[in-house]
Amino acid sequence: MNENGIGARVRRKEDKRFITGRGNYTDDINRHGQTHAVFLRSPHAHARIVSIDTKAAMAAGAVAVLTGKDVADAGINGLPCGWLIHNKDGSPMKEPGHPVIALDRVRHVGDIVAMVIAESKNQAKDLAELVEVDYEVLPAAVNAVEALKPGAPQVHDDVEGNLCYDWHLGEKDPVDAAFAQAAHVTKLDVYNNRLAPNAMEPRAAIGEYDRATGEHTLYTTSQNPHVIRLLMGAFVLGLPEHKLRVVSPDVGGGFGSKIFHYAEEAAVTWAAKVVGRPIKWNSDRSEAFISDAQGRDHHTHAELALDNDGKFLGFRVSTTANMGAYLSTFSTSIPTYLYATLLAGLYATPAIYAEVKAAFTNTVPVDAYRGAGRPEACFVVESIVDKAARETGRDPAALRKLNLIPASAMPYQTPVALQYDSGDFVKNIDDALKVIDYDGFPARCDASKKKGMLRGIGLSSYIEACGIAPSTVAGALGARAGLYESAEVRVHPTGSVTVFTGSHSHGQGHETTFAQIVCERLGVPIENVEVVHGDTGKIPFGMGTYGSRSLAVGGVALHNSLEKVIAKGRKIAAHMMEAAETDVEFKDGHYRVAGTDKELAFGAIALQAYVPHNFPHDELEPGLDETSFYDPKNFTYPNGCHICEVEIDPDTGVTRIERFVAVDDFGNIINPMIVEGQVHGGIMQGIGQALCEDCIYDESGQLLTGSYMDYCMPKADMVPFYEVGTNVVPCTHNALGVKGAGEAGTIGAAAAVINAIRHATGVGDIQMPATSQRVWQAINASAAQAAE
Amino acid sequence: MPTVSMTVNGRKMSGECEERTLLVSFLRETLGLTGTHVGCDTSQCGACCVHVNGDSVKSCTLLAVQADGAEITTIEGVANGEELHAIQEAFRDNHGLQCGFCTPGMIMSALDLLKHNANPSETEIRHHLEGNLCRCTGYHNIVKSIQAAAVAMGGAS
Ligand code: FES
Ligand code: FES
Repeated sequence: MNENGIGARVRRKEDKRFITGRGNYTDDINRHGQTHAVFLRSPHAHARIVSIDTKAAMAAGAVAVLTGKDVADAGINGLPCGWLIHNKDGSPMKEPGHPVIALDRVRHVGDIVAMVIAESKNQAKDLAELVEVDYEVLPAAVNAVEALKPGAPQVHDDVEGNLCYDWHLGEKDPVDAAFAQAAHVTKLDVYNNRLAPNAMEPRAAIGEYDRATGEHTLYTTSQNPHVIRLLMGAFVLGLPEHKLRVVSPDVGGGFGSKIFHYAEEAAVTWAAKVVGRPIKWNSDRSEAFISDAQGRDHHTHAELALDNDGKFLGFRVSTTANMGAYLSTFSTSIPTYLYATLLAGLYATPAIYAEVKAAFTNTVPVDAYRGAGRPEACFVVESIVDKAARETGRDPAALRKLNLIPASAMPYQTPVALQYDSGDFVKNIDDALKVIDYDGFPARCDASKKKGMLRGIGLSSYIEACGIAPSTVAGALGARAGLYESAEVRVHPTGSVTVFTGSHSHGQGHETTFAQIVCERLGVPIENVEVVHGDTGKIPFGMGTYGSRSLAVGGVALHNSLEKVIAKGRKIAAHMMEAAETDVEFKDGHYRVAGTDKELAFGAIALQAYVPHNFPHDELEPGLDETSFYDPKNFTYPNGCHICEVEIDPDTGVTRIERFVAVDDFGNIINPMIVEGQVHGGIMQGIGQALCEDCIYDESGQLLTGSYMDYCMPKADMVPFYEVGTNVVPCTHNALGVKGAGEAGTIGAAAAVINAIRHATGVGDIQMPATSQRVWQAINASAAQAAE
Repeated sequence: MPTVSMTVNGRKMSGECEERTLLVSFLRETLGLTGTHVGCDTSQCGACCVHVNGDSVKSCTLLAVQADGAEITTIEGVANGEELHAIQEAFRDNHGLQCGFCTPGMIMSALDLLKHNANPSETEIRHHLEGNLCRCTGYHNIVKSIQAAAVAMGGAS
């Protein structure tokens, strides 16, 4: 094996610049003559804009103050939504306009009212205070369930009853029939709390316009610069792509929140031409809380039908999802195709039916946040399975194993549209149970009791659909674009290699992982490989990074390009060694003529490719530079089992995570060190949701947890070292056998933590986040009930 | 506008800024040292940690004028030329960073811990990191990195 090839724990190539302070994040970039923008945002959740007076700000020295009227006068369109959902009756969802700057009505706290441009950020902030906006405050719809009730305040005049769509998946009749025969029915109501993604780097954008060439450049903190170029260029600003370059340099974390096309990007790009100078904007953290798309926010009622032996017969789920005030780029697909399709979980439940209603409210738009729909699905499934075990007196691990889809059933068609290709779910659970010493739990529990503490253990088995997405499937499901990926492999004359990938790294380490794939296939040293991403001026069209897709889609595109390079090299080698192409084999970086001692190193072939003298022109072109676009055949299905063990102090309600074990199947692994890191970070985000994170809006639509003073971010002392392992079952339908690892931790973790707390306290309906206050109240309420 | 002078990473530097300019903005915008990051506006994330006269300080909690005449070390000054500091090596060896945004602050904060406690326990490390947020790593490999740095720097064995 190549020491830096597939499977090696290679230290990351990108690290040096980050540990020495030489990263290049958007806010580190400054353009000559740049101005600074501050966005004046609505302080009200819902209001009519009666008037805006910008005269004082202009008189005090603003470079420009632009409002919704300027945007409308410039003919700028609203921000588009990328996924069309159809209602049960086949009619399309409601898609109200989403203006770049609000025109006459604001619909959430943080909605943009004006853009103030000045010489410095401080000056722009001062001037923003001089802009006088007269609002007529309107009642706000905040909670999604309430928003759908008659008489609720209307968020958009053209969306009756605030209903974006009323959608369903699966067949209802077989499910009803299953429930009719059930020996036991378990019912569950859960609220999946709303989260703020909180990448540590706040969003930022710089717009620049070159009058001489007519070219626009946008530097932006994006996970997918090409998608931004397409959405902003074609749909919002009407700029041709060859005159628009989008650069996403180092990006400090995304977790979904930097997928979407945001208003600020369009605003700085457009206004840079208006004012004739570059414009920089960077978000404050408090601003991020009211302008970055948030995640989750599902209200769900679910019912599970079991027979006498504990076998699942049917499952029905009804969910109300909060879309917020406007449709963000991928928002509509999250509670439908990334949620309901995963409701089979890992179980062979024969009949499943899901209904999802999506509601507009006067809150920040909701869209993908790490896991995106799949954590919500996992939480519903794993909560109800645990509850069913408790109600029927079964061991939760045993009940799960009884109902798992066996490895022998692969490929397995679920009743909710997906076909799982591979996985050994029983082994995931068995391995995880062994690591945590499940059998030793009663003794540990006794030891905790002696100290006056409660102890609990909770399981969560998850599966996710990743590698987003097979374009035909995505298209059939309403995606307005296919979701393939591209990779170009440019071999240089001296044999070094530059990879241009449409994937984007904002912490995932592609510069290393992708280089490892090149090392493995071409046999070149890792120092001789450079991976370029994040600049539409350099890379071929690409869909970017989200949905754990970079390796499973972008990596496979890279693999395919490498195969083309090797094939072209073989032609050159055959020509140079005067052998038949079919006799030339490629191994360990050398082309050899089978059965002879003739060989040429890859580097020699590369040089010949660029300085040929006698290539047969009809058969062989010079150059060694290949591009592939890979469109997957199916989703990939990472899966695993997470087990959490907690100790709770009944006097304070404080939960301590004692152990956290994860056994995951990501298919083949390129760099185990990086994969473990992805799992660690994902688990922490799941634990954060379970224990402390919460976007809480009051009735008027004010976000009460709008800063790090109020929104509880998980910290280092909340967790022990995680114990992570893998159970590799290669993906059957891509050349690398990989499934993707980016979201798994977040998908599985929350349910494991909450199930452990439910187990420890004996309170079955503890909701997230299980803060110490909530846990204490639950313990005391159940004690009081028991005393009655 | 006042002129502020300080010794940054061993070099005398000065620049003009408004009185209200935060030290972090002065470092980033006036002096062009963009390794120090801004992750919040309530002094909680620690992305902006630097050393002021030898102590770890969140540079968003200090005005630049307050640091007039001070000795400042930022992440750019941790390595000795091309030779990385043991703690930088430790972060790289242990995959203590993903997106890298929190990393400068983590390193500056961890250096401060190791200065006062050459052999910290896991609990002490986790407690010390209370003022440093990381959204990527789940802290696991950051704690490992600091443990490894302690060993490399001659503390823990
Ligand atoms: S920027 Fe200083 S603590 Fe967050
Ligand atoms: S590495 Fe991304 S925030 Fe810590």
